[in-house]
Amino acid sequence: MSVERPVPVPNAETAPYWAAAREHRLTVQRCLECGQPRFYPRAICPRCGSDRTEWMDCEGTGTVYSYTVVYRPPSEAFAADVPYVVAVVELSEGPHLMTNVVGCPPDQVTVGMPVRVRFRDMGEELALPLFEPIGT
Amino acid sequence: MTNTPLPAAIVGIGESAVGRVPDRSALQLQTDAASVALADAGLRWGDVDGLITAPLRVEQSGLPCGVVANYMGLHPAYLSTLDLAGATGTAMIHHAALMVASGQCSTVLCVAGQNLLSHNSRAHAVKAMADHAGHAQFESPYGPLVPSLYALVAQRHMYEYGTTSEQLAEVAVTMRRHAGLNPNAHKRDPITVQDVLNSRMISSPLHVLDCSLVSDGAAAAIVTTIERARDLRRPPVRLLGQGYGQDHFHIGEAQSLTSTAAARSGREAFRAAGLTPADVDVAELYDCFTITVIVELEDLGFCPKGEGGRFVEGGRIAIGGELPTTTHGGLLSAGHPGVPGGLFHVLEGVRQIRGEAGDRQVPNAKIALVHGNGGTIAIHCTILLGGDTR
Repeated sequence: MSVERPVPVPNAETAPYWAAAREHRLTVQRCLECGQPRFYPRAICPRCGSDRTEWMDCEGTGTVYSYTVVYRPPSEAFAADVPYVVAVVELSEGPHLMTNVVGCPPDQVTVGMPVRVRFRDMGEELALPLFEPIGT
Repeated sequence: MTNTPLPAAIVGIGESAVGRVPDRSALQLQTDAASVALADAGLRWGDVDGLITAPLRVEQSGLPCGVVANYMGLHPAYLSTLDLAGATGTAMIHHAALMVASGQCSTVLCVAGQNLLSHNSRAHAVKAMADHAGHAQFESPYGPLVPSLYALVAQRHMYEYGTTSEQLAEVAVTMRRHAGLNPNAHKRDPITVQDVLNSRMISSPLHVLDCSLVSDGAAAAIVTTIERARDLRRPPVRLLGQGYGQDHFHIGEAQSLTSTAAARSGREAFRAAGLTPADVDVAELYDCFTITVIVELEDLGFCPKGEGGRFVEGGRIAIGGELPTTTHGGLLSAGHPGVPGGLFHVLEGVRQIRGEAGDRQVPNAKIALVHGNGGTIAIHCTILLGGDTR
């Protein structure tokens, strides 16, 4: 069984997201036809079907939509991290995304908590967006 | 839309040994289940001219329908592999009914089974399921288990509606009580709400007893034309209606984690059958986690949104209660061999309609709802079953 931590492998559609993350910017796509921001990256707008798209920088703020504290790691790669928080954050721009909430004890995370993005550099090529409570 | 059911019926059902069955491969388990189903129907292998099967994720066999057809010596006039994850079992019955109704073939074997527990190790199965469930770039790097994905649903449901861990536990306790009445169930020892709350926390608020089992096992159902069904030995069970629904795929992008596309699949199944939730005598709901049952009860219209936690209290979903639910003990206690798990719910619906569920029979059960939920509460297929009322 592999104990490698899963690492994002960008493809043509997602490369702009990961390139921005490397520069510590959080970006999502926005439909140029209907204006709807979207995440995850994809070629067409799931609301209106348009393929006219731009990337927009996000404020990097949002609230915790839901969270869970993981006690039993999915693999050995995460064993040293438990307990850790997996959360869905609602960005100020609207889209939801999965992340880890860091920077506070897991038992202090609550639904609705305001959070801000911070990046964890994973080598030269990659940075992973994480979130921390605003005010820490 | 008319309320005329497709001219098809379920005429045979069977399951393999379920639980820890280390001496059987997935294909052997499927063959065991198919043999029982054929004997139940009074049919022979040579009568099968259609095959619908499900992914063999554990053994990673490509083209499962070809592998299964070849193994069993079938030379079907129709074959396919259906993959709606946990909704596969219910969708199989609809697809089989369509095939016999269209005349493409006359007798379809729906069969699915895996050795999820014994093929490698329980830990390996848990990791493999996690690898499959999360988005490779945008979820898996954050370390969610499959239970974490449903824990996010549970936590949000608690926040919005005040649902409690005790109410979640009530679902697990009920499933275990039902499994105690099922001789082929994987886990039959009774548990209490306190046992669930004291069990190991996996991904809060879900404890290990809020999560489905990891099991070996296979299930099979035979679907044929209604004309032929009426000449066979078992009372035909009709597909009265079906519906599908899907919205998000990955949990991270879902705009709501507490309202699911089960609302659509249920609404369409009831409309197709000309029935309402009040007509349902027994509900075989997909129960990969305790929270799943609570959300399905709401979205399928058995109680208002947000009331699911209170609905499961006081034995309301137990046999003898207002809405006997998942009466074989489900994925939480009867067995969970992965994707094939949802077919067991169909089999139980058939038993209840036939009146042969033994100690767990719901008296005078006329209408069974069976619901399958696939992926991370993403893909739904609801079917309604009833007797032959010509």
